[in-house]
Amino acid sequence: MADLSITIHKLKLKNPVLTASGTFGYGIEYDDFLDVSLLGGIVVKGTTIHPRQGNAYPRMAETASGMLNSVGLQNRGARYFASDIYPKLIKYKTNVLVNVSGSTIEEYIACAEIINELDHITGIELNISCPNVKEGGMSFGTSCVSIENVVSAVRKVYQKTMIVKLTPNVTDIGELARAAEYSGADSLSLINTLLGMAINAQTRKPVLATITGGLSGPAIKPIALRMVWEVAKAVKIPLVGMGGIMNATDAIEFFLAGASAIQVGTANYIDPLITLKIIEGIDLYLNHHKFNKISDIVGCLHM
Amino acid sequence: MRKTVQNLKVIENIQLNDDHHLLQLQVPDQLEMIFPGQFTNLLVDHSPGVFLRRPFSIYSVDYIKNTISVFIKEIGEGTRALAQTPVNSHINSIFPLGNSFTIPKESEKILLVGGGSGVASLMSLAQELSNKLNDISILIGARSSADLVELDHFSRYGTVYTTTEDGTKGEKGYVTDHYILKNQLGQFERIYSCGPEPMMRAVAAKARTNSIFCEVSLENTMACGFGVCLCCVTETIEGYKCVCTDGPVFNINQLEWQI
Repeated sequence: MADLSITIHKLKLKNPVLTASGTFGYGIEYDDFLDVSLLGGIVVKGTTIHPRQGNAYPRMAETASGMLNSVGLQNRGARYFASDIYPKLIKYKTNVLVNVSGSTIEEYIACAEIINELDHITGIELNISCPNVKEGGMSFGTSCVSIENVVSAVRKVYQKTMIVKLTPNVTDIGELARAAEYSGADSLSLINTLLGMAINAQTRKPVLATITGGLSGPAIKPIALRMVWEVAKAVKIPLVGMGGIMNATDAIEFFLAGASAIQVGTANYIDPLITLKIIEGIDLYLNHHKFNKISDIVGCLHM
Repeated sequence: MRKTVQNLKVIENIQLNDDHHLLQLQVPDQLEMIFPGQFTNLLVDHSPGVFLRRPFSIYSVDYIKNTISVFIKEIGEGTRALAQTPVNSHINSIFPLGNSFTIPKESEKILLVGGGSGVASLMSLAQELSNKLNDISILIGARSSADLVELDHFSRYGTVYTTTEDGTKGEKGYVTDHYILKNQLGQFERIYSCGPEPMMRAVAAKARTNSIFCEVSLENTMACGFGVCLCCVTETIEGYKCVCTDGPVFNINQLEWQI
């Protein structure tokens, strides 16, 4: 068995497979299916300081090799998370990270301050890339100035590992990645969903109540790989790659492009056990290609 | 029972009419308790245009043969592929999912009202209740007699009434126009309904007018089926709730239906 452990800033991951925010609930929804502690970590549902009821429905459209969603950060707020959900997550012997979002910088700070007090939460993923909220979310992630403002502000109040999640809905992701690194990010995760749209030709109406939504699934994998590769060249901090990973081979491609760890998202809906299969498949790949450890293949793309 | 992901063997695939199939799926081990109203999310294999699983109500359960049955109407590529799965091949299934209908007291008079593919979840309820109650009334509506494929099964469990839109079987018209719903509703203490939403709303309105307990089983597009994607929400008096985990069965008083 190869050494699958990897370190991202202060996070010690037993293996490089995490679950993507919004696709794994709080982990507890998967307890029936698998031992969550076997994963490198989980990133729980996007959390905001105030409760959010999310967007109107329909919120989902299946597409060719993927799906659109427009959930809109439905959650019960950081205080409810801390008092009612967090105690149920202490049982997990793995990294539990909270995806932190907001409409204003003050909301990001207030949410991160609450999460900072929770001992078992080993890091946050700062979500400046949600395409489904009217204010905040992605709008923070599309200019260098706003990235600097929100990332440096949260950095002041959050001491543990801070991963900044980037949006692909930009022209030059390398430049924005550098802004996040410069402002204090310990790591970057990418990509969030791509803004997309579905239309019902029969009714001549948009499928989603919000008209547009975020595209995920294998349809976006080539874009995600390209962006991880671009960002890997632009920054020195470790990357967490995601976007359409459905199996171990997909995951390996992200490591080669420059990701130190990966997140599995939409695939969890189709196969709740897919993360364990991916961990096993990564190990088989490393053994087959005679690598001793996962870090040996990070960024090792032959050109 | 806890939720599981399992490969189930297709041991029977009966074509009921042009576009309806009844598949009997066998679990490898002893089947654990499944409650009426629960559903399964089936993987569509070898169908490149289909990305997500397809949810189906569990139509009937056999604890001796260790099988669950699903009633599949061919609507698109995914349902077509599943409906045509050959006997002895396997379908990957996540089950049991969702909540279930409230089981009535033995003395109560019960009416089930179903239409379209919605009859599937009522079948498992009728099966369960027939062990407990002397007589249940089952009202089924369809477009035409050719669509009323499951009547034989229902008549084992209760007294069946039918309507068809073209008048080829039972009363002509919509299910909500049937005399039982119009004139004889007062005799029932509970109504359970599943079918097209306009039908369930009309049934719910009659139940509310007559102050009768009423549960409906909702349908929605789902990505996961077990409460993590938050895509299949419906509006309730407590805000948005997931049809997959808070439902699919809701008491009509929980729903924000203007009826």
